Amino acid sequence: MAEVQKGKEYWRWTESRWTSPDMDWKSGGIISAGVDVGSVSTQAVVMVDGKLYCYANMRTGSDSPESANNAMKWALEGTGLSRDKIHATVGTGYGRVNVPFATKAITEIACHARGGNFMYGPQVRTILDMGGQDCKAIRCDEKGKVTAFLMNDKCAAGTGRGMEVFSDLLGVHINDVGAMSLQVAEEPPPVSSTCVVFAKSEASGLLRQGWPKEKVLAAYCSAMAHRIVTLLERIGVEKEFAITGGISKNVGVVSRLSKELSVTPLKTDLDPQIAGAIGGALFAKALYEKKGK
Amino acid sequence: MITAGIDCGAKNVKVVILNDGKVASKATAPAGIDTASAAEKAYDDALKAAGCGREAVVKIIATGSGKNEPRFKNDIVTEVGADARGIHFTSPNVRTVIDVGAEEGRAIKVDENGKVVDFAVNEKCAAGAGAFTEAMARALEIPLEEFGPFSLTSTQEVPMNAQCAVFAESEVVSLVHRKIPKQDIARAIHNAIADRITSMVRMVGITPEVALIGGVANNVGFVVSLKEDLELDLMIPEDREYIGAIGAACIAAGSQ
Repeated sequence: MAEVQKGKEYWRWTESRWTSPDMDWKSGGIISAGVDVGSVSTQAVVMVDGKLYCYANMRTGSDSPESANNAMKWALEGTGLSRDKIHATVGTGYGRVNVPFATKAITEIACHARGGNFMYGPQVRTILDMGGQDCKAIRCDEKGKVTAFLMNDKCAAGTGRGMEVFSDLLGVHINDVGAMSLQVAEEPPPVSSTCVVFAKSEASGLLRQGWPKEKVLAAYCSAMAHRIVTLLERIGVEKEFAITGGISKNVGVVSRLSKELSVTPLKTDLDPQIAGAIGGALFAKALYEKKGK
Repeated sequence: MITAGIDCGAKNVKVVILNDGKVASKATAPAGIDTASAAEKAYDDALKAAGCGREAVVKIIATGSGKNEPRFKNDIVTEVGADARGIHFTSPNVRTVIDVGAEEGRAIKVDENGKVVDFAVNEKCAAGAGAFTEAMARALEIPLEEFGPFSLTSTQEVPMNAQCAVFAESEVVSLVHRKIPKQDIARAIHNAIADRITSMVRMVGITPEVALIGGVANNVGFVVSLKEDLELDLMIPEDREYIGAIGAACIAAGSQ
């Protein structure tokens, strides 16, 4: 049986922050911000005249307002920019009403479509956001306006939370589970239980039968990919297709999902977790401009 | 004529030996990781208690999620069929059976002959099964057997938003951090699972008399919540955990 070290934080994914090397907020443009307070991660994005200036992506704590404050503080770190110089801020995500310094709260569906349009270009028609505790399939037009969406926020299967449970069970860091799941000579049958609680018992059984961790992860990643494909098929996948959210960093799920759908997702150099916050910052800019007129 | 019914549940294996229309003995063993061996052990224990050898048993029928596991079985029946036949044997006035096991829940409408009229099953989601209360008891660090009675000491209602067992676990932890009394959280948990079961029962309709069977019927906290939700009294047979096994043994006898 696989050895599992107790008490290690296998779920602790890598936080990130970034500042544009060639932009200056003092240029006199509109400074707008978006803060996406998710159930697991919080992102703060600052844009100058609709161009990405800096961002931070970190874990959500037990307190939403504090998480929003912390993410914004980290995003602004070392830039010389302070919160009072930002013209407008939009809060989004699960904790959107708990962003103390926000001008307005906008749903994460609208923000993801808008942010996805910015990150991947106007050709994006379907955005899949795979978050920590929910999963959304969003269809949008060339302006990043939502035309339809479907969401699962009731069940941990197909969310980052489900993957965390496996990461913990197998004692494999969450950053590594995807790549590890691809180290199998042959694709095993997917884990058959839908419910994460039952899938966990099923996986324990597979480990007892002598399955290596790689094979168990392959079985779980393909089960998760399949579950998400079912969600996507209900709304239809129109090209171009992009994936955002934490699970989009899991190559094990993404590669299996792409294969099952026969669609290659678009790539980005930005952190795919910041799509919602980017959308928020773009909406904030529009709000400020409207107010000014 | 002696027959046997083996109910291989997710958590426990239950065996009933039936002799000329009477329950001669019962035995149970934890299913563990090897259901086949657990079934073997429970079967031998039941035979010993009944005072007969394997050769005396004319037919053995298995049921439950692990029904294919016992090596010594002659046949299998569905859990729904076994429950319906079993409740007809122990409590013929029952028209609605609610069976809440460790990993599955089912509601069955039966007629006066013990025939299945309609049924609904949940075997996909832990939120409507014993696994839910078990996970929540663990999160609250309360022994499972004390969990139900403990929940009845609650004095205030606390809302619980999460349906999923995985999400509910995080919610429970955050409620504990907010210093909500554990008994109130325990109450909310039992109400939540009762809610899930009630929606399942409503799919087949509620015709009295209503019986509650399965391992979760031992949890008084759940029983109180379910009665409140369904707004009626529940009949809980003495052999609540053996109804499936009794039904399988009856079907074995009937086929001879």
